[in-house]
Amino acid sequence: MTPPLAWYLGLSAVLFAIGVLGVLIRRNVIIIFMAIELMLNAVNLSFVAFARSLGSMDGQVIVFFVMTVAAAEAAVGLAIILSMFRNRETTNADELATLRW
Amino acid sequence: MSPLLFLVLAALTVVSALTVVVHKNPVHCACALVLTLCLLAVFFLALDAQLVALLQVIVYAGAIVVLFLFVVMLLNLQKESRAMAGALLVGSGAAGGAGLLVLLVVALRHASAPAASQVPAGFGETATLARQLFTAYLLPFELTSVLLLVAIVGAVALARKPT
Repeated sequence: MTPPLAWYLGLSAVLFAIGVLGVLIRRNVIIIFMAIELMLNAVNLSFVAFARSLGSMDGQVIVFFVMTVAAAEAAVGLAIILSMFRNRETTNADELATLRW
Repeated sequence: MSPLLFLVLAALTVVSALTVVVHKNPVHCACALVLTLCLLAVFFLALDAQLVALLQVIVYAGAIVVLFLFVVMLLNLQKESRAMAGALLVGSGAAGGAGLLVLLVVALRHASAPAASQVPAGFGETATLARQLFTAYLLPFELTSVLLLVAIVGAVALARKPT
């Protein structure tokens, strides 16, 4: 027997909550980025679980797109972090507060 | 996948995801992220998503995390003084994460989908996914290539040293 859909959704919810926790408590922007990747993957797990449960391929196609967007987002985001570090010599989110009211 | 195997793998996944979030050294965080992504690929395999599992390992664990490691190497982040936020923020962050988890679980408890015990033929195979991509999802697929081009140009433009 295979695990029911609810187990996969529960695991996905736990991973998403861990990702949110990471964004909230870490101050290093690179780690915050990793936590965002974690959240994207939690959602991917939900998509694949629903696709299997409904017997439809659409969920897996969406996961394909999510992966592509995540790759683009990581490339641009890390480039921003790099140029920010070059200008400010820090990756601490508390010190990068120029845009805060 | 048997339920016991699922529970073991799920526990491993949660532990490695927590390691990503709480470990002080960014390199160790990236390694734990690789482990998490590979474990998720195992779940994808169990859910009849072979191509997605393969892409997960190649694209995520192979490309994106390597990108992270390169940036960590370039920034030389060994000496990190305050990795965590203040105690107040950590406490409220943990409470917020737990609250979100409770919310998701309560919302998903009544989520029911017709359990398809037998999936259609060719489910999760490359040919089936490719047919979907090039028929129903052709426009988003082509837009994705434009997005990737923009990301490449943007990343190069941002990361280049100002002359």
